[in-house]
Amino acid sequence: MSATRKKLRLDPIMCVGHGLCAELFPERITLDDWGYPIIDPTPISPALEEHARRATDACPTLALLLERERTR
Amino acid sequence: MTTLAEPFADGETDVARLLPRPPAARLVDHLARLGTPPSSGRELIGEVERAGLRGRGGAGFPTAIKMEAVRSRGARLLQGRKPIVVANGTEGEPLSAKDKTLLVHAPHLVLDGMVAAARAVGADEGVVCVERTATPVVHALERAIAERRNLADGITLRVAPTPARYVVGEETALVNWLNGGDAKPTFTPPRPFERGVDRRPTLVDNVETLAHAALIARFGAKWWRSAGTETDPGTMLVTLSGVARPGVYEVPLGSPLRHVLRNAGVHDVGGVLVGGYFGAWLTPRQAAMVTLSTDDLKVMGAGLGCGAIAVLSGDTCPLAELARVTQWLASQSAGQCGACAHGLPAIAGAVQHIADGSDRDASAEAAARRWLDMVAGRGACKLPDGAVRFVSSGFTVFAEHIAEHRARGPCAAFDAPAVLPVPRPEESWR
Repeated sequence: MSATRKKLRLDPIMCVGHGLCAELFPERITLDDWGYPIIDPTPISPALEEHARRATDACPTLALLLERERTR
Repeated sequence: MTTLAEPFADGETDVARLLPRPPAARLVDHLARLGTPPSSGRELIGEVERAGLRGRGGAGFPTAIKMEAVRSRGARLLQGRKPIVVANGTEGEPLSAKDKTLLVHAPHLVLDGMVAAARAVGADEGVVCVERTATPVVHALERAIAERRNLADGITLRVAPTPARYVVGEETALVNWLNGGDAKPTFTPPRPFERGVDRRPTLVDNVETLAHAALIARFGAKWWRSAGTETDPGTMLVTLSGVARPGVYEVPLGSPLRHVLRNAGVHDVGGVLVGGYFGAWLTPRQAAMVTLSTDDLKVMGAGLGCGAIAVLSGDTCPLAELARVTQWLASQSAGQCGACAHGLPAIAGAVQHIADGSDRDASAEAAARRWLDMVAGRGACKLPDGAVRFVSSGFTVFAEHIAEHRARGPCAAFDAPAVLPVPRPEESWR
């Protein structure tokens, strides 16, 4: 199970702060004082994955990524 | 690994491994001092690992791990994507002069290190990067490379004169610029070891790191470890400012900071900044106790960084300095990441209020502290993190000054001439 855990990651260069992600997935994404997302780095449980997916799909600049946890 | 029979002898009281006296800018002087470099190969990586060499550019990453990552990546890739070595001599840090000094005093030691590193990782090309504004250094390197044509070591070397900006030296920024883009950091992964210059596995090492590698290739890990301590082996170049005799010194790691400072002439310490503008402030008491070792400094929230150490005397206003440098750090943002582009100017503005005595109700300090927490770790590069460390440690070390400025307005030294340098950078990113 742990092999398929996913995490949200932001490309801060691509992000221009539209803020849709925070609206769609407030459980894990909040906005800072300037409207840029702050991402909770804890892994996404399967129950929340659909919400996370909705947030990444809505990003107009494709800055939000849902990635398999990187194993080193 | 076979190394030269006769190891280089350190001085009785001081070391001059990297900075020969007199300087050895010419190849003939370099070879007379150290002999012909051995033709080492892949086995250098093991020797560098045994030496325990860590990067001297600021991050302190184990050099052997980086080399092995590039080598194994190169070995696995087909399509002729051979690894390449980038020697990073860019030194945007205003408090540091050690890379430029090294490149002028011992350019061939750095070039030897590039050649040895190239052989170790399977590269046949090396690029040494230095700011184009540092024309004497660019010329010294061009001359040195021209002198080596007859060495026939099979590695092609060239100089790349870069734009002069603070973040240029960040390895992804350097690679992006070498690839024809702006000298701005890029999102990772991929890191340069995976896909760097011309999409090749790229070893980006600080020039001092490569000079140490050249000495390890010549004399071996055991000799190299004869200076320094078990956990922090070797020597390090440090740039001292705010002392009677400022400049670049080579010191064994683990040396007590107070010895290093006393040797350069110091009195009346108000605070010590270790690691340049990416570093942390120490109180005079901490500075008197600490040694130049990673673990020791870590306890105090600091690190060796690039070895730039600045003493602020007791009659300087630390808050005026803090405000000016924070403003400058904010101005050095590439403007790519929201938290950095907006957060650093906000923090700088708050620090200015604290310094000029207008933060009577401590609301600016509260806001600054909130923003420091908010921006940390949110840039593509470490500029925001560096600024956070600089300001947060300054708040701690200069807490009494902050209270004084709040209660009684700015101190008498507030309008005194600036001490910490804030150079005007080039406009261009290309």
